Amino acid sequence: MLKIENLHARIAGKEILKGLSLEVNPGEVHAIMGPNGAGKSTLGNVLAGRPGYEVTAGSVSYDGRDLLTLEPEVRAAAGVFLAFQYPVEIPGVNNTYFLRAALNAQRKARGEEELDSMQFLKLVRGKVKDMGMPPDLLNRAVNEGFSGGEKKRNEVFQMALLEPRLAVLDETDSGLDIDALKQVADGVNALRSPDRAFVVITHYQRLLDYIVPDFVHVLSAGRIVESGDATLARELEAHGYAWVREQAHAEAQA
Amino acid sequence: MATQPDEVQAALSRRYTAGFVTDIETDSLPPGLDEGVVRAISARKGEPEWMTEWRLAAYRRWLTMKQPDWAHVNLAPIDYQAISYYSAPKNQPKSLAEVDPKILEAYDKLGVPLHERARLAGVAVDAVFDSVSVATTAREQLSKVGVIFCSMSEAIREHGDLVRQYLGSVVPQGDNFFAALNSAVFSDGSFVFIPKGVRCPMELSTYFRINAGHTGQFERTLIIAEEDAVVSYLEGCTAPMRDNNQLHAAVVELVAMDRANIKYSTVQNWYPGDENGKGGVYNLVTKRGDCRGADSRITWTQVETGSAITWKYPSVILRGDRSVGEFHSVALTNHYQQADTGTKMIHIGRDTKSKIVSKGISAGKSQASYRGLVKVEKGAVNARNHTRCDSILIGKRCSSHTFPYMEIKNPTAIVEHEATTSKISDDQLFYCRSRGIGEEDAVSMIVDGFCKQVFRELPMEFAVEAKKLLEVSLEGAIG
Ligand SMILES: Nc1ncnc2c1ncn2[C@@H]1O[C@H](COP(=O)(O)OP(=O)(O)O)[C@@H](O)[C@H]1O
Ligand SMILES: [Mg+2]
Repeated sequence: MLKIENLHARIAGKEILKGLSLEVNPGEVHAIMGPNGAGKSTLGNVLAGRPGYEVTAGSVSYDGRDLLTLEPEVRAAAGVFLAFQYPVEIPGVNNTYFLRAALNAQRKARGEEELDSMQFLKLVRGKVKDMGMPPDLLNRAVNEGFSGGEKKRNEVFQMALLEPRLAVLDETDSGLDIDALKQVADGVNALRSPDRAFVVITHYQRLLDYIVPDFVHVLSAGRIVESGDATLARELEAHGYAWVREQAHAEAQA
Repeated sequence: MATQPDEVQAALSRRYTAGFVTDIETDSLPPGLDEGVVRAISARKGEPEWMTEWRLAAYRRWLTMKQPDWAHVNLAPIDYQAISYYSAPKNQPKSLAEVDPKILEAYDKLGVPLHERARLAGVAVDAVFDSVSVATTAREQLSKVGVIFCSMSEAIREHGDLVRQYLGSVVPQGDNFFAALNSAVFSDGSFVFIPKGVRCPMELSTYFRINAGHTGQFERTLIIAEEDAVVSYLEGCTAPMRDNNQLHAAVVELVAMDRANIKYSTVQNWYPGDENGKGGVYNLVTKRGDCRGADSRITWTQVETGSAITWKYPSVILRGDRSVGEFHSVALTNHYQQADTGTKMIHIGRDTKSKIVSKGISAGKSQASYRGLVKVEKGAVNARNHTRCDSILIGKRCSSHTFPYMEIKNPTAIVEHEATTSKISDDQLFYCRSRGIGEEDAVSMIVDGFCKQVFRELPMEFAVEAKKLLEVSLEGAIG
């Protein structure tokens, strides 16, 4: 469903991704781990289409389409979702209004019928309940005055509502206490299905105890330097990223 | 595909939907201004002599004054001899039934139907077409409770004593250059009188429309709320698209007696000129409210998206003890529009309070300035002011400025000022887009959120209107 080949990308003239390749199939969960500054968020942003990133080489295909030529909102309608590492606040914009605008814009783009406000309210209230979100969430402005943890949980909540086919979660676990972490993991696990895929970016192995990945990749200096199954995450936890870097270095020398 | 500010600017285009001209016969004075013209205006309106003399005094005062140049706008010299100071539809109606169908149609197109069937429920409308009032609706219903709502011309004829008592008592003739000019040549406007203890049973509304070319519009509005009276008043404005600049110099005076409450809202959508800065209305307005009585309250709420140049500072004089003044403003400028707007809060009485919320949105090559004065006089013990001034910039070539002035002569005053300037953040925009919301919808959503605090102050029907107006004004703001 997603095929990234030899991707090179820059921001502000600086090359961050330096030949990244990754293939994700429906139903799979891929974890991407790596030290700070490795380019993890850059990958998420390039996939979601954030302006300012320049792809200088390589390709990304999604369902056989060239993802890189699509506007961000078109990617969203096609089922690509990014849970932001730092979700922004949009003061004064009511959450319910925002979510309905988002869902209906996507539905419209896909040629599906838009939901009227009654239908939407019913749907969104149900999700609030399922996900154990505070009921006043719907009356508040988008992320305004939310704590760090609330913002992260709200990203997962949006994901549950929008039901994407490819979800990229960028450090959704960082800054969460153990209860919130479990809620986030429950949210993701509930959505796991044979035709949906996840790319879970994380700095820590902890999240992967709850969201068990099919594959773990180590991203370092703009490339995937190591891939394996869930046990790789534990090795990393034990040895640290320096170990991976040494290994990669040794390989390059050999 | 990226939202580069340059592309944002390149795509800035706006469609002005109120820009049509209505073809009717008019009775206009030739351009030019002298004592003869002032007398002619007064005569056309059948005014009593005291009114003619009042105008002439203002005219003589005006001759001694100079156009101010301190506002942060580039105002080309105005040739006051090139303007026609009076234009009225030829067939002046005596009642709504006699109003020229073309004029009714014009108001229909503007979304302000005047005829009985389609009228906005719960709103009485006074419609001013060029220099004169063409219709005032729902009058009988209002007069039952003693509320007077009519055109200024009629008030001068029918309620001369009231007009004489209050006219110029808040904005004196010599207050400023444009107020003096208005006092000399004002053609019409609305008059509202709410007697003691009456809560006006409906929203009152005036709709100003400039139709004729080369015409100045100089309307004069006077609202008086006696003890314990309550009134909410709204004005809306539009003008056809024309290449030349049209002058609009209005004066609005509000008087609130003990415990009276006046809410004055404006949705201003004068033609702003085209995307190259050609044409548009010069909106140079003096609006002032006088909280004359104790515990009175005056609230100005304005949503300004129009005019080539706006120069306007709705003010409140907090004379009565414990009186309250509020100013809530959204000003949007695009292309070459220039707005210098803000408020003045003059604290005179004890325990007086004022609150200022100003939201500026600038796009294109426009300039928006907030200019606010908070003045606390010696006797104003325990005066309180809170000012919050936020600006948001769309693109790189617009600018916003804040000029807060404070004059505090009483040490017990607490005056707080907060100001923020932000760009419509690329992060916010991308966040919305990544959820599937298109760029234009995202921009209007963010701007709408930014203005929420002010929209809440508008009467319900007009909040919807204001929101739509912003959407239209932002159309194509991002490409
Ligand atoms: N907008 C930007 N301008 C310049 N450099 C950036 C920008 N965003 C990220 N970077 C740089 O790119 C590198 C990778 O960042 P990022 O993808 O956020 O890493 P990670 O998510 O793995 O911590 C870092 O060195 C960071 O400083
Ligand atoms: Mg990151």
